[in-house]
Amino acid sequence: MMWEILEKAAKENGLVTAFAVVGLVMLVSGVISRKLTCGRVQGSAIAILIGLALAYVGGKISGGSKGLADLALFSGVGLMGGNMLRDFAIVATAFEVHAEEAKKAGWIGAIALLLGTVLPFIVGVAVAWAFGYRDAVSMTTIGAGAITYIVGPVTGGAIGATSDVMALSIATGVIKAILVMVSTPVAAKFLRLKTPRSAMVFGGLAGTVSGVSAGLAATDRKLVPYGALVATFHTGLGCLMGPSVLFFIVRALV
Amino acid sequence: MIIYGTALLAVCHLLGVIIGDLLGRALGMQTNVGGVGIAMLILIFVRIYLHKSGRLSAISESGVHYWGAIYIPVVVAMAMQQNVVAALKGGPVALIAAVGSVVLCGLFVSFINRMEPETEAGEDGK
Repeated sequence: MMWEILEKAAKENGLVTAFAVVGLVMLVSGVISRKLTCGRVQGSAIAILIGLALAYVGGKISGGSKGLADLALFSGVGLMGGNMLRDFAIVATAFEVHAEEAKKAGWIGAIALLLGTVLPFIVGVAVAWAFGYRDAVSMTTIGAGAITYIVGPVTGGAIGATSDVMALSIATGVIKAILVMVSTPVAAKFLRLKTPRSAMVFGGLAGTVSGVSAGLAATDRKLVPYGALVATFHTGLGCLMGPSVLFFIVRALV
Repeated sequence: MIIYGTALLAVCHLLGVIIGDLLGRALGMQTNVGGVGIAMLILIFVRIYLHKSGRLSAISESGVHYWGAIYIPVVVAMAMQQNVVAALKGGPVALIAAVGSVVLCGLFVSFINRMEPETEAGEDGK
């Protein structure tokens, strides 16, 4: 009886429930960060890891593709962490951008963006080739997935890839995003992530808005807008180049 | 009023998305090209303009700052809905391609950032 009422309240107030759930996760992460790691691992990094773990649990239980958001009780998480609010919040961080800093790194950001599109694509194509995919369409689709998990299916759809290759391409992109989220705070020193300029280089090369924004959030909140500013062009550039230039090059080489 | 800030943010967001879509169309694609990035640029310029003319009150600004601050929780919610199960099921091709591209890009990030002029890094403390 009590459970029924609870469940109904959570379902009918999805977004509000999501605020409460995420707040609780952040709180727990903060405590873990301070007590167990003595502040060495940022609370937000731990929160993202917990989020991914919950996504795994949610995906296992529901069998769906949207992690925890597929469980009716937590459907509000889908709205809170969906593209609309994510982009809204990212745009809001631009309010803290120092235009001078951003201008200084403009050209290097553009170079990083181009490298961040071409390099993962080459790796993806090479791995696909090594695993026996020898047709240009499959190789291009998997390579495009290594750019971001949106570029993969967009490219695959445009050039007519099979659905298993598409799934592989999306999986590649999702793993990449998760890897960037998790490894950025750990590798922050090695990557020299200290200045707005370095964050813009990172945003261009690492790609995937979700990976970059979460990775930087877990490293240094101040750097988020700079990285995101560049990274948001990543998917657009990838979708532009994937089914065209990159596909033509692969086709010419095969 | 606090809603002015949030509304300003919303208008910039929508403008960016619309321009991004138009750009995508112009380039012959179905996708949005840099909409969010364009929205960020618009917001940066609008803020500079409003600051110069002194027309942005602190309360209006907090209507934007709130959303900037809610950003990390939103990212956590985003993590909660990643398709982790499928990612783990992708097998060696997906894993190796992803790890390979992350490592390679990481090396380039590190390399480029090491070339950053000292003066810029030095200004950091200001």
